[in-house]
Amino acid sequence: MAFTKKIGIAAAALLGAVAFSNLTLRAEEGGGHETPNPTRQTWSFSGPFGTFDRAQLQRGFKVYKEVCSNCHELHIPIRTLAQPGGPGFTEDQVKTLAATYTVHDGPNLQGEMFDRPGRPADVFPAPFPNPEAAAASLGAAPPDMSLLAKSIKFERGFPAFVFDVLPIPGGMYQEVGPDLIYAILNGYTKEDDPNWNLYFPGHKIAMGKPLAAGQVDYTDGTPTTLEQYSKDVAAFLYWAAEPSLEQRKRIGARVMIFLLVLAGLLYFTKKKIWADVAH
Amino acid sequence: MHGHSTFEPKNGVVKWLEARLPILSFMHGSFVAYPTPKNLNYWWTFGAILSFMLIAQIVTGVVLTMHYTPESTLAFSSVEKIMRDVNWGWMLRYAHSNGASMFFFAVYIHIFRGIYYGSYKAPREVLWILGVIIFLLMMATGFMGYVLPWGQMSFWGATVITNLFSAIPFVGDEITVWLWGGYSVDNPTLNRFFALHYLLPFIIVAVVGLHVWALHVCGQNNPDGVEIKDIEKDTVPFTPHATMKDSLGIVFFLLLYCWFIFYVPNYLGDADNYIPANPMKTPPHIVPEWYFLPFYAILRSIPDKLAGVIAMFAAIAVLAFLPWLDTSKVRSAKYRPIYKIFFWVFVVCAVGLGYLGAMPPEGGFVLASRILAVAYFAFFLIVLPLLGLFEKTKPVPASIADAVLAKHGSASSVAAGAASAPQTKG
Repeated sequence: MAFTKKIGIAAAALLGAVAFSNLTLRAEEGGGHETPNPTRQTWSFSGPFGTFDRAQLQRGFKVYKEVCSNCHELHIPIRTLAQPGGPGFTEDQVKTLAATYTVHDGPNLQGEMFDRPGRPADVFPAPFPNPEAAAASLGAAPPDMSLLAKSIKFERGFPAFVFDVLPIPGGMYQEVGPDLIYAILNGYTKEDDPNWNLYFPGHKIAMGKPLAAGQVDYTDGTPTTLEQYSKDVAAFLYWAAEPSLEQRKRIGARVMIFLLVLAGLLYFTKKKIWADVAH
Repeated sequence: MHGHSTFEPKNGVVKWLEARLPILSFMHGSFVAYPTPKNLNYWWTFGAILSFMLIAQIVTGVVLTMHYTPESTLAFSSVEKIMRDVNWGWMLRYAHSNGASMFFFAVYIHIFRGIYYGSYKAPREVLWILGVIIFLLMMATGFMGYVLPWGQMSFWGATVITNLFSAIPFVGDEITVWLWGGYSVDNPTLNRFFALHYLLPFIIVAVVGLHVWALHVCGQNNPDGVEIKDIEKDTVPFTPHATMKDSLGIVFFLLLYCWFIFYVPNYLGDADNYIPANPMKTPPHIVPEWYFLPFYAILRSIPDKLAGVIAMFAAIAVLAFLPWLDTSKVRSAKYRPIYKIFFWVFVVCAVGLGYLGAMPPEGGFVLASRILAVAYFAFFLIVLPLLGLFEKTKPVPASIADAVLAKHGSASSVAAGAASAPQTKG
């Protein structure tokens, strides 16, 4: 038994050494970069039964259209705005909206390129012909926004990342992207430097402060504050990146209920079958 | 094991087929009458869970292939098209990508189960080695599958891993160029990875066939690690007992799997893989999928590239030698008190290596990976050979029936009524 104890102590010492070396590193890291982690916002689409807030997506779309789209491409079809589980525009609204865009198309039968009014099946036209042209004009090519809300992240660290996956209150954290978008849009905290951002890694962001209070008109009486704009556009971008979210969660609930019932039935069947076997 | 079949065809068509190809009696012998140790616990349902996952991956994968374009300028957008425009495309793709993770999760439990209960020991060495081969094939398939969406992490992960081959002395660079089909990871690499990603699962199916065959020759190990002595007393027929228990295990596993598909589908993936591959822009941290992290940590813990690569492959290869490294006569950790402790320390080391593999290779993380990498190898190369010689094991029950009766507190009636002409195994 003494031997067992010794092994136990050795194991504890080993783990202790590992934990200690990690802690030392944590401390070192804390000194290096001081980008705070964004705070977790409340979103209508978080949680197992979350759905998008149609009005919020429509407001977010307005912010995108009037502000973001001047520099950022959004490579999704215009028709998706009328898709179930989205901002809830009507087919007619989308048709009218699409017609306001000019789409460069072709070649036609004569072999020539031409401009025509947009159709719902077109993708939102890009503000620049290619990323190189965007970089030449803006200093850096702004990322395409169609997947932005899923392609950005910040380190959650241990033990937060463990809780993020669990089906518990405060768990099931999939909204890292929208939280970071919200944080960055609100992170221009140095008045004298429009390219300094509290939440951007390294703090130097090529995009100058893009949004300010009162910049976009809301017709539904929602306050036109920076916080509200950021929240609405982050929600819109999350929908753009994950348009099947509502369907996914709806089907998921049915699948889970089915599996739970099936598990119950199988459990009792198995119990019955094994009832007369000592095991 | 089909020798145990009590299959007697009554139907004329079945009789006709049986005389020409006895596949039905074979199936009956292997999956109905097959004697299963009655003391198996739920850790033994992972074999069935893995079979289910293999089929699930093949089915979702074949349908995804119908919509995917393996060409470097179109691959990323074709995956997005699956996510946005293909009916149920998001579900297929999330099921497939999370399915890979679930497959590895299940295989790690299956491997740890084997290590805990000594399932690799004679006469199951070949069964075990076939398992290691399946694991290797799974790793190759998983790695190549991760490249197919052609996101940033796909591209840079492929670059890092294929570059490992350049560490081979003299011919390393030539081999890497040959693997790439060019001078960097590019369209030819994507094409061949796609072809192999479609091929390898069917090779896995074949090796799984051998794995199950070997299993059915030796019979299953069990938590007490004693061989079946008396089919009547020690075993139950596979169907309905094991079939039903396995089904329950699969449904519980499906609950976990579906939680990932429907509620946290992007938790296990890297956000960078939603950015199209860009050979001009290296991500700050290149991290492989979580199931490779322990081996990645071992690779990075050694400053020399070639030595690191050797250590990484050795970490997998050492598993194949487990039947001969473990010198203990007793199989199950249930009767090996000291081994049991070392086993759990080993599990913690492996999980710890996984955590460190995801961390940047700096400062304390490097030191920690080195300590744990040494501990990982020490388990196989020092602890297992020596422990068998010095460990004082607990008395092992004479049979499965004895173990079961001891558990239920009526060991006194065990020996009584030894069955007439017991069907002994061996």
